[in-house]
Amino acid sequence: MSVAADAKSAVERPPPRARGWPRSRVIGYVLIGIWIAAGGGIVAYLVWAWNGELFAKYGPSYLEGLGVTLSLVGISIVLGAILSFPVAYARMSKNRILSGLAYCYVYFFRGTPLLVQAFLVYYGVGSFKPQLEMVGLWGFFREAFNCGVFAFALNTAAYQAEILRGAIESVPRGQWEGAASLGLHKLQTLWKIILPQALVVALRPYGNELILMIKASAIVAIITVYDLMGMAKLTYSRTFDIQAYIWVAVVYLVIVEILRHGIEWIERRITIHLKR
Amino acid sequence: MLSVWTLLSWGPDGWLDDIVSGAAVTVLLALATLPIGLTIGFFIALGKQSEEPSLRIAANIYTTIFRGLPELVTLFLFFFGGPLILQYLIRLVRPEATIDVNAFVAGMIVLAIIFSAYASEVFLSAFRAIPKGQYEGGYAVGLSYGQTMRKVILPQLVRIAFPGLENCWLSLLKDTSLVSVVGLAETLRQAGVAARVTKHTFLFFSVAAVVFLILAVVSSLATGAIQRSLSRREARR
Repeated sequence: MSVAADAKSAVERPPPRARGWPRSRVIGYVLIGIWIAAGGGIVAYLVWAWNGELFAKYGPSYLEGLGVTLSLVGISIVLGAILSFPVAYARMSKNRILSGLAYCYVYFFRGTPLLVQAFLVYYGVGSFKPQLEMVGLWGFFREAFNCGVFAFALNTAAYQAEILRGAIESVPRGQWEGAASLGLHKLQTLWKIILPQALVVALRPYGNELILMIKASAIVAIITVYDLMGMAKLTYSRTFDIQAYIWVAVVYLVIVEILRHGIEWIERRITIHLKR
Repeated sequence: MLSVWTLLSWGPDGWLDDIVSGAAVTVLLALATLPIGLTIGFFIALGKQSEEPSLRIAANIYTTIFRGLPELVTLFLFFFGGPLILQYLIRLVRPEATIDVNAFVAGMIVLAIIFSAYASEVFLSAFRAIPKGQYEGGYAVGLSYGQTMRKVILPQLVRIAFPGLENCWLSLLKDTSLVSVVGLAETLRQAGVAARVTKHTFLFFSVAAVVFLILAVVSSLATGAIQRSLSRREARR
């Protein structure tokens, strides 16, 4: 055996494909088999339990519920985004009191379950009925949908403020200094230099927040809003048919998957200039 | 009309004892879920980084489904659908049997599934952060796959994954409140009962919020201590 032959055989090659039936392959095939059986079982159940009458009766209400879910999430995300700017500003400010207040706000909304916050708004405002009637806001809070939007907007504002803060702080200080040396004032710097760079960083967390909100929006069904989940609950309470929840699960999964892939696509597009 | 302090006192007039027992259930549920969720999550992560494509696909299906479904939908599917399947299976053997689902157990299963789906992503990125040389070094000194995992990889994995797992734990703690919807007497449920009976809704739901805040503060203190002891043990490089 020569040294050269040894060196040749030492060239790094990808490991040979495992042949036959190693343990991991057996487990993998069994697990996939279980998934196929479960998926097939659900499809078979849906086909077997198919009830055209029921579908015609409750199908449209699901669509209506989907509309409620999407508008609830849309309105809260936009309101939350608007509210998140002052919160993020306060959080980054050098004023101790201001940043402390913003920290408490963020800690409260991130540290307590959204369900508790929704209950606090929906059931809790009843305690302030006379005061609210005096200001004329009682009509607003009597609607469960408005309460949901109120709680969700406050909640998502806390999360979005943190995303925004993280993204702005990820932009190097030199960018601020460079802009200042060119004579741009703070607001111009923020708008023209910092935000465009920060939003590229923030896109993925914002996308995750959107998906989290869609998923979290299911809990407004508990405070009697007839969103997608609310319609499923209503259908189930009338028919005691588990199909009600299977269909709603399918709809949520499809929405979340579409959003997830959409966000990935957008991210690929807007980070093209960063690829090397 | 009872004063606020009477309402929040311990004993027959006050509701503090009920709320505290609810908080205990919340903590118990989260603690009981944690080991199951961590174990499942670890094996899912192993499957995801396996060289065997079928194992990867099976693991990815799991996370896609359980991270994509709202927690509430998963809970309702298992709480209402699980008994149907179980009943069907049991009636094949004993036709007269009926099933009664315990909200605690159902909540534990669902929360463990959701927790493991998120934890597996954390474990996966931790696995990717460990250089291949660590495995090779383990094999080179004659350790088997299992030994390398236990003695070389896991200690590093825990350190890298810890901050991510801490987040998973905090959201697990918050998700326990959802189980109140299927009737488990945890913090939110107890607070809701108190609110309905006394009509002091804002007061009692604020108390529930405060309980969750306290739990969050306590667990961040605990995780801080664990984190410090983990980083003390880290090898100098």
